[in-house]
Amino acid sequence: MLIAIILALVVVGSVLFHVLSPWWFTPIASNWRYIDDTISFTFWITGVVFAVVVLFLAYCVWRFRHQPGRRAAYEPENKRLETWLAIVTGIGVAAMLAPGLVVWGQFITVPAGASAIEVVGQQWQWAYRLPGKDGQLGTADTRAVTAENPLGVNPDDPKSLDDVIVQGGELHLPVGKPVALLLRSIDALHNFYVPEFRAKMDMLPGSVTYYWVTPTRTGTFEALCAELCGVGHPYMRGTVIVDTETDYQAWLDQQQTFEQMLAPATTSALE
Amino acid sequence: MVDLTHGADGHAAPGHDEELELYHPTNWVTKYVFSQDAKVIAIQYGLTATAIGLVALVLSWLMRIQLAYPGLLAFIDADHYYQFITMHGMIMVVYLLTAIFLGGFGNYLIPLMLGARDMMFPYLNMLSYWIYLLAVLVLAAGFFVPGGPTGAGWTLYPPQAILANTPGQQWGIIIMLVSLMLFIIGFTMGGLNYVVTVLQGRTKGMTLMRMPLTIWGIFTATVMALLAFPALFVGALMMLFDRLLGTSFFMPSIVAMGEQLPTGGGSPILFQHLFWFFGHPEVYIVALPAFGIVSDLISTHARKNIFGYRMMVWAIVVIGALSFVVWAHHMYVSGMNPGFGFFFATTTLIIAVPTALKVYNWVLTLWRGDIHFTVPMLFALGFIVTFVNGGLTGLFLGNVVVDVPLSDTLFVVAHFHMVMGVAPILVIFGAIYHWYPKITGRMLDATLGKIHFWVTFLGAYAVFFPMHYLGLLGMPRRYFEMGETAFVPPSAHTLNEFMTIAALVVGAAQMLFLFNLAWSLRHGKEAGGNPWRATTLEWQTPETPPAHGNWGPELPVVYRWAYDYSVPGADRDFLPQNDPWPGEPAPAPDTAVAEGAR
Amino acid sequence: MSVILIFLLAIVAVMLWWLWRQGLFSKPWLEVGVVGGMAAPAPSPSQVARIGLLVFLVVVGSLFALTVSAYLMRSALVDWRAPPLPGILFANTFALLVSSLALQTAKVGARRGDLDSVRTGLLAGGFTALVFLGGQLFAWRQLNAEGYYLASNPANAFFYLLTALHGVHVAGGLVGLGRVTRKMLRGAGVAELRLGVDLCATYWHVLLLIWLVLLGLLTGRIGEFVAICRQLLT
Repeated sequence: MLIAIILALVVVGSVLFHVLSPWWFTPIASNWRYIDDTISFTFWITGVVFAVVVLFLAYCVWRFRHQPGRRAAYEPENKRLETWLAIVTGIGVAAMLAPGLVVWGQFITVPAGASAIEVVGQQWQWAYRLPGKDGQLGTADTRAVTAENPLGVNPDDPKSLDDVIVQGGELHLPVGKPVALLLRSIDALHNFYVPEFRAKMDMLPGSVTYYWVTPTRTGTFEALCAELCGVGHPYMRGTVIVDTETDYQAWLDQQQTFEQMLAPATTSALE
Repeated sequence: MVDLTHGADGHAAPGHDEELELYHPTNWVTKYVFSQDAKVIAIQYGLTATAIGLVALVLSWLMRIQLAYPGLLAFIDADHYYQFITMHGMIMVVYLLTAIFLGGFGNYLIPLMLGARDMMFPYLNMLSYWIYLLAVLVLAAGFFVPGGPTGAGWTLYPPQAILANTPGQQWGIIIMLVSLMLFIIGFTMGGLNYVVTVLQGRTKGMTLMRMPLTIWGIFTATVMALLAFPALFVGALMMLFDRLLGTSFFMPSIVAMGEQLPTGGGSPILFQHLFWFFGHPEVYIVALPAFGIVSDLISTHARKNIFGYRMMVWAIVVIGALSFVVWAHHMYVSGMNPGFGFFFATTTLIIAVPTALKVYNWVLTLWRGDIHFTVPMLFALGFIVTFVNGGLTGLFLGNVVVDVPLSDTLFVVAHFHMVMGVAPILVIFGAIYHWYPKITGRMLDATLGKIHFWVTFLGAYAVFFPMHYLGLLGMPRRYFEMGETAFVPPSAHTLNEFMTIAALVVGAAQMLFLFNLAWSLRHGKEAGGNPWRATTLEWQTPETPPAHGNWGPELPVVYRWAYDYSVPGADRDFLPQNDPWPGEPAPAPDTAVAEGAR
Repeated sequence: MSVILIFLLAIVAVMLWWLWRQGLFSKPWLEVGVVGGMAAPAPSPSQVARIGLLVFLVVVGSLFALTVSAYLMRSALVDWRAPPLPGILFANTFALLVSSLALQTAKVGARRGDLDSVRTGLLAGGFTALVFLGGQLFAWRQLNAEGYYLASNPANAFFYLLTALHGVHVAGGLVGLGRVTRKMLRGAGVAELRLGVDLCATYWHVLLLIWLVLLGLLTGRIGEFVAICRQLLT
């Protein structure tokens, strides 16, 4: 008796916790509302299944508890019931999978028109590279990394000279514009994760990975590393600021380019 | 590993080529220490796994204390914290769960439930345990070498696993890899035994479809482990080459701390593929024996046949086969070819269907049953709740795009602890309460058992259920401390403290269990041969605990399946598998040779 | 990972076929009494050992299929520079082939009860297997002398890894073969040797097969073959 009540209370408690929980998604700041919707939808289906199965379990436990003289039924199987359960489960699973796959298709397809920004992870800080006036990023290679060229940008590539490099600072993004984040690491694995954007992807040394977002509201957001990258992992933080277009341009114009970075002495002499 | 020919060959005693020799202990050492009796080996496995599991339990306390009260224990710095999570994870998954289900329950139950006298290769079986013990000792040695154990996370992802600033890079990682390779070699020896015994050791009348689901679960899991562990073996070997010989299997060009490393051309993701090709089947290697055992617990203690036995068997086989094509769902955000996501999300969600059917059938077994609330039954009920919960959150993480915001957060930690931590461990407890009377001849104390159950079940639920919500909030896993983070409210910290207190209470309850194990050994109620009035063969042995060789002069003959509870017309509510009712016992076999007892 | 998946598919197909034959669709609750189709009541040790070896060889197969999968995954990248294969590998292959044939002779001899051919086969098989191992070591030395070191690039590392893994398995087999040979030299009769010789021969054939696959892989023949298959499919 007590057992049935406790099992039922587990369900009630879980549902109450879910409803009353102040711990929930951060307010979204990107176009990935679809992901949130898919999760809410999945919560509904799985929540109902959880409640039904455990409450039914509690009922069975109460109803068929041992009493003197009681004898269990003999029922090896019930093909119809099992078939129906399999079909219903299959439909439920398909209902969750289908939207998931559609949204995944969008997630991995960078829209035409998205600007490319490179995020470079290294123990334990972030650096960013934005295309300069030519709108294109030059090539880069870990083997080209030196103290003067910490991102390993290829100095012989004409496209790279005007690239804007942000080392240890904040990343600004224009609101409402799709941006593809090209992710690169020069040492361990990292993962550039802004909870409000919902998106994340690991950085692999030796290759370039990506994801894309369209920031939907201005504000300041914290970026974290979401893949264990050594003892400094929890301290690998960054700041992403989503600006209006004009603020963004003003910020961009202040940043130094790769060319300036390579020749800091010359530049300061000119100033 | 390659010794097989000699092990097999060594047993064909000269002149008796066509008879199985039963090993005979001659003194105390060969009876209890270097024993070739599967039952003794099972207990050795169980005790060793429990001992190293306790280390992992203590590590989890230290981690939880650090998370809730950063800086309270001054000796836990970031290095130590990462070493603790790594050792906790690896010990629990491989050295405790895998070892206790297959090495412990497998060894004890396979021969007994199938009506065999012992495993088919007893010598190899003994060797398997001693190599496992060596692996455990090597692993534990990691705590004492300079630099301590590795802190690369239990997934051991390169390149950081071998980068110089990772804790334990000096010795810890080498020790971990060597220990894993030893474990795999030892396991392969044991696994060969389990498989061949199921194939060849079944007694007269024990067809495959008459086997208890426990055996189905252990058998399928063993086959999977034999096929999947080589992936970890190769991965570990290659990483050992990288660490010791300077190769670059997994090491691309790297600039670490401002210096170009001599490595280059390696692929870190290759390791992830190998690791998870082992790692995902590993989840089911732990889960399938738990599925099997819990089916038998429910059936026995509800006095009702398991509902849909055939479906249960098919589901085990299908889950086992499918689990080899879902590994990359651990890698949706790893940077692999994103197109793979479609395939792996689909296969992963397909696996949910047979798994769900198993859950339905457990509940439907209770329906119209005669439920006795024994301690094993309680643990089985607790398993259903935690497994349903953990399985359903798996539908989030398996559905590729839903995984994106949730992966690498506490949601994942909560999910896998619920589904492959708490759930299988509840089954292990239930199984120990269930079979302890057979192993020792005495019952475990039921009152202590009930306290143990309620604290463990509700406590573990209180630890891991709220943890999902911190993951939804966006708190990443494997953070030594959260520090000041804008999106994390102070209330999340209070929740963390609550979870830590719950975890400490759950941990303390395990001491009660250990006390019960030790106390009941001498003071427990006498059990008799079949205290649960169960049908399976291990309860029908002539002696309890079963003597060496398990059966008397003649092997049992099986007349029915393993689930004849409450059969209409029978005078008892259970019919043991060797009960010929309503027929007559078969005449004794023609020759004594058939029994194989020498 | 396609190689390991194909390997597993074959294993799973065999297992399902076997399960099917074991009555996976029967309704056990309806079949009370002693039924047919059960395992032999007293398994003979030789059959048990043979099945044990078979299961072990599946594990070995899985190990090599995974290593080959890893090899193919890595070698698909553009910067793959395979080392030139030392010519002695082909001589080694011949030695292993002879070794396998010798053990087959011993096996057939043991079946016929012909102790002489068992003796010749065992000694010749063991000797040629040793020659194979020596030859493999020589190949390593030659590569090293030419500057293709283990750590220079992943292609070299894979060459050493694959040959080493295979060599270790041959060496392990030699331990088993050594035990059988010792038994023979101590005057055991054909009947006592039969099982050991049989197991060794099976093990050797499988190792030869694995080596041929590895050789095909290392010479690039298999890569070409896979490329052709892919073209045919698309």
